[in-house]
Amino acid sequence: MELLNPNVGLVFWMMISFLILLFALTKFAWKPIVSAIKKREESISNALNAAAEAEKRLQSLKSENENLLAQARKERDEILKEAREVRERMIADAKNKAQEEADRLIATARENIYNEKMKAMTELRNQVAQLSLEIAEKILKERLADDAKQKETVEKILKEVTLN
Amino acid sequence: MKPFNSAIRNLIILLVFALYMLPLTAQEHQENQEYAGHPAAEVHHAEEHTTNHEGDTHGEEKLDFGAFIKHHIADDYVFHIIGDISFPLPVIIYEPGKGLDVFMSSAFHHADENHLTRGKYYYHHGKLYIPELDENGHIVMDEHGHPVGKHEATLGDLISGNKHVFYNFSITKNVFGLLLAVILLLVIFLSVAKAYKQNPGRAPRGLQGAMEPLILFVQNEIAIPFIGEKKYAKFLPYLLTLFFFIWINNLLGLIPIFPGSANVTGNIAVTMTLALFSLIMVLINGNKHFWGHLLNPPGVPFPVKIILVPIEIIGIFTKPFSLMIRLFANITAGHIIIMSIIGITFIVQSYVVGVITSVFSVAMFTLELLVAAIQAYIFTLLTAQMIGGAVEEGHGHGDHHEHEGVHH
Repeated sequence: MELLNPNVGLVFWMMISFLILLFALTKFAWKPIVSAIKKREESISNALNAAAEAEKRLQSLKSENENLLAQARKERDEILKEAREVRERMIADAKNKAQEEADRLIATARENIYNEKMKAMTELRNQVAQLSLEIAEKILKERLADDAKQKETVEKILKEVTLN
Repeated sequence: MKPFNSAIRNLIILLVFALYMLPLTAQEHQENQEYAGHPAAEVHHAEEHTTNHEGDTHGEEKLDFGAFIKHHIADDYVFHIIGDISFPLPVIIYEPGKGLDVFMSSAFHHADENHLTRGKYYYHHGKLYIPELDENGHIVMDEHGHPVGKHEATLGDLISGNKHVFYNFSITKNVFGLLLAVILLLVIFLSVAKAYKQNPGRAPRGLQGAMEPLILFVQNEIAIPFIGEKKYAKFLPYLLTLFFFIWINNLLGLIPIFPGSANVTGNIAVTMTLALFSLIMVLINGNKHFWGHLLNPPGVPFPVKIILVPIEIIGIFTKPFSLMIRLFANITAGHIIIMSIIGITFIVQSYVVGVITSVFSVAMFTLELLVAAIQAYIFTLLTAQMIGGAVEEGHGHGDHHEHEGVHH
């Protein structure tokens, strides 16, 4: 048990116990511990990466949503605008059509009236002519029924003719 | 500037680690005070051995703190708890040709040179002997005062091939401390591993939370910078085991009472084994580039090679050797300083000095807590550096330019 010349027994026990310790700890402690730490580090960095990724995607989703919303709003406005235009156009069309119809009706009516008037005029003229003829016939008949009167008339007409 | 910053950061981290253990120092301070009754008995014990040997009668009690300190940093067959209370540890002796002999160290209690333990063992100055007896049944001593016969084998005996030895595989105080540290480490890190299994992917809690930064420290500040991102994983378990083994033994050694106080990392056998393992890691993992540069450095003129190659080969062994000495010397020196500071009180026998030395010993304990972490860090770091040098990929292929600046 001298300080610098060690007992063989202690060297023996030291070798045995250190080797047992080395193998036991390597197999049952260091390898599981180091791999667990490594695994945990990896999972943490993976989780952080995934979180960053998710954040990024959320951000892009958000902007996408905003875009969609803006687009939808724009479309809505356009649709509303179009609808308004359509309505106005429809009203205007209807008005035009009604006007046209009215004009057409009026025109037809005028034509009818003119036609009826012309017809009536013709008939009237015919009847007037008929009537005149009948009157003339009656007058002539009356005049020609009395010789004295005939003479007087002829003379009168002759007079008039000569005068002329 | 960058390496400097990272060195400072590492030091700060170590300081924080040391602060983890601060509550313990307060406890140890109290224990120091309790030593008041202890050394007297202990010293008396040490005296007994010397006086017995020299054949003097029990005279005036002289304080021999050198022996006291030496006894405390050395290994022992019993585990002192406090005062005269201690408990025996098993003694396991293998004598070649005679087989195993197992008994408790309490058998040494009532033995002396005339009554050998179990009829053959003689416990003398902290060492066990199987002495030769003369015709009167007395132990034969050599000129240095050591018993003649077989003694327990040391590493020196093993190397020199001394056959007059027996092998002592006793569970001594240091072996006990060693086994305690092993059990503690297994309990701590198996429960931590279980926590990871039960709680996958969640934040660490409790003990797991306390250990994770340490594990990550070894991984990110030692293994990866010195071995490299590609190859560190293979060596990380060894480095982690090394770091925590040295650290916990340093800390347990600082606890002055049972079950701490075994001076495990301050024992050359332990640091030598650790350094040997680090050397083996380098030797079996050294790649072609490493050996090539070592045995036949390119671009060096032949006469220089004759000088350089032996130096390089010696260098492989001096690095682990310095690891061995550094850890051993630091921890042993720390223990000696603390013991010496406490010892001053009993040599001077003054209350005033007692107060001052208590303050000093608390300061030393705090420093030693830092040293405990730093030495574990340095041992692990230099091992990582050695391994990193051995597995480094050479230039030659695609990465020629990448390494150019590093090498030249």
